[in-house]
Amino acid sequence: MQNNLFQDQKFRGILYQTLVVGFFALGLYFVINTTAYNLEKRNIATGFSFLNNPAGFDISFSPFLDFKSTDTHLKVYFVGVLNTLLVSFCGCIAATILGFIVGIIRLSSNWLLSRIAYIYVEFTRNTPLLLQIILWYAILIQLPRIKQAPQIWETFYISNRGLFGPKPIFLDGSNIVILSLVLGFIISFFIARWAKKRQDTTGQQFPTFTTNLSIIVFLPLVVFFIMGSPITLEYPVLKGFNFKGGAVIRPEFIAMFLALSIYTAAFISETVRSGILSVTKGQREASGALGLKKNWIMRLIIIPQALRVIVPPLTSQYLNLTKNSSLGIAVGYADLVHGFGGISLNQTGQAIECMAITMATYLLISLTISFFMNIYNRSIQFKEK
Amino acid sequence: MKKLLSIFAVLAFAFSANAGTLDDVKNRGFLKCGVTTGLIGFAAPDDAGNWAGFDVDVCRAVAAAIFGDSSKVEFTTTTGKSRFPTLASGEIDMLARNTTWTLSRDVNLGFEFVGVNYYDGQGFMIPSALGVDDATGLDGATVCIQTGTTTELNLADFFRANGIGYEALPIETNDEARENLFAGRCDVYTTDASGLSATRAQADDPDKWVVLPNIISKEPLGPLVRHGDHQWGDVVRWSLNTLIIAEELGINSSNVDDMKSSNIPEVLRVLGVEGGYGEMLELSNDFAYNIIKQVGNYSESFDRNIGPDTPLGIGRNLNALWTDGGILYAPPFR
Repeated sequence: MQNNLFQDQKFRGILYQTLVVGFFALGLYFVINTTAYNLEKRNIATGFSFLNNPAGFDISFSPFLDFKSTDTHLKVYFVGVLNTLLVSFCGCIAATILGFIVGIIRLSSNWLLSRIAYIYVEFTRNTPLLLQIILWYAILIQLPRIKQAPQIWETFYISNRGLFGPKPIFLDGSNIVILSLVLGFIISFFIARWAKKRQDTTGQQFPTFTTNLSIIVFLPLVVFFIMGSPITLEYPVLKGFNFKGGAVIRPEFIAMFLALSIYTAAFISETVRSGILSVTKGQREASGALGLKKNWIMRLIIIPQALRVIVPPLTSQYLNLTKNSSLGIAVGYADLVHGFGGISLNQTGQAIECMAITMATYLLISLTISFFMNIYNRSIQFKEK
Repeated sequence: MKKLLSIFAVLAFAFSANAGTLDDVKNRGFLKCGVTTGLIGFAAPDDAGNWAGFDVDVCRAVAAAIFGDSSKVEFTTTTGKSRFPTLASGEIDMLARNTTWTLSRDVNLGFEFVGVNYYDGQGFMIPSALGVDDATGLDGATVCIQTGTTTELNLADFFRANGIGYEALPIETNDEARENLFAGRCDVYTTDASGLSATRAQADDPDKWVVLPNIISKEPLGPLVRHGDHQWGDVVRWSLNTLIIAEELGINSSNVDDMKSSNIPEVLRVLGVEGGYGEMLELSNDFAYNIIKQVGNYSESFDRNIGPDTPLGIGRNLNALWTDGGILYAPPFR
């Protein structure tokens, strides 16, 4: 039997796999060892203690955290993560909406509309994203200079330093207004559930959308006036070199947001189109025969079935968009790669540490997105009863 | 036999890894020198595509010292960010890229600065229409800044020390910063004063731009090499020193042949007529002669690339010889 060991498929399988893993481990060991040796030979300091050192430089684009040059490199990291998440989140939402609209338009029977959608898709997905980002930025930077910024009702200003608008200031009692808004959403949720249940059992319909919309809008509005208008607006004012006060969206962010969402939407629209086409013609005809309205057919019959095809590739588009946001460095958008993986890396010289942290972070973000998308995917799969 | 071969391979690898940079350069037949991605006057390709500039001349001087031919250089462009990894990885032999000599770069990054070829300081450039004549009046301004530089840190320190605020716009290269500044995305561009002069020289109408008088930092710029190879460090150091010493002694590219019959002992030592100083560096004895003949002395390089008669129009100031009121000084050639 001993001689026949090599003819045993199971044994061979284990042997080859052990060899492959062994060689991989050996290679990894060699790379790490060589790196460590060379770092030591060149007297390059290693370790993660630099994270607690003050950064020494400023990051102006930090909408969530207040960043000063005395803050640590660790805070640079968090600012970078938040900026990456911000542009990825906004980009994913916009790309999904635009992608669905374009995908449906491409299937439209209107020749002109479907041609326009076709040209858009082919143009955006066949040119490099980096060029598109730089193109958007080059356009935005040609907007009027800050001193000549055109204004709309003395509230909004458009300039090549960003779009300026009013910022809400929350005074005493504003919590109650926000609380009432949350309450409005909760009430709406229960109304929707009740209405659905009633329709399922009795077939009677309820104007859920208009009812809920008015609850969400009017309840906080009434509370707002009862509390004596506790939320006011702060308007931007041109003082010295820049606008003071108010809120601002920077051109670096706009360029990234536009480029990422428009680029990814082209891919999503193709996914949506393939999903809709995957639903058999009979479904559409049958629902038409039942007398459903045209947009109901889309919403209630086609899309739920199409989603089963759409969601898995949609997940990878979200991952692509998130990873592509690392191109922010091209226009000076202070994302994770530009801020922590770029400036901090450079100022401290801790290249391996910074890159390892940055990569681990992208991995974590991507896995999180996959995790939630997989849950969603499972929830929309066809359930056999 | 196979065993023997593999031992040979390992040995050959070990030897090549330990060979000095000077031997590598000599065997290769040309010098690999890292420069900027293009900063007029310091390192930029001319109309014919040849690299020229003040930093480029340092590379050329080293090539002249080793090969007796200043054209045996291959230039690699580096950004503020890529320069250190490029040098550390051995992709280039030396870096001559207006790089500031600081403690952490010298010690922590494993490099060795061999001297200073330009004493600079960080300044600010603004449109003259802004009507600001002092950097402390820049409260609230948007500032374009090259990332990964010492200027980035100085900028934060300066505004903090003066209790005024600013908005930083971090930019990767000098060209991008220039575009943002000229488009009005930022009010101010800050970098070394020499770099500002170069940027201003490239504006459509240089008179519309003004460099503020504030110099907020010391920026000793100089060539650097990897730490640990002292022989190679010495070659680069004394190539640079030769440029300065030649100016001190009044030797330039046009009179260098006549000076060989000079009666000043140090001139004869520099030109290799007396003594064996080149051999100490494992170079030929006329290495300094080759540098001066082909590249010129410090003032020739300065005047040709960045001096008052060039578009940059930079005066000697701190970079004048110590005998002329500056701080340029080289150890004796002895």
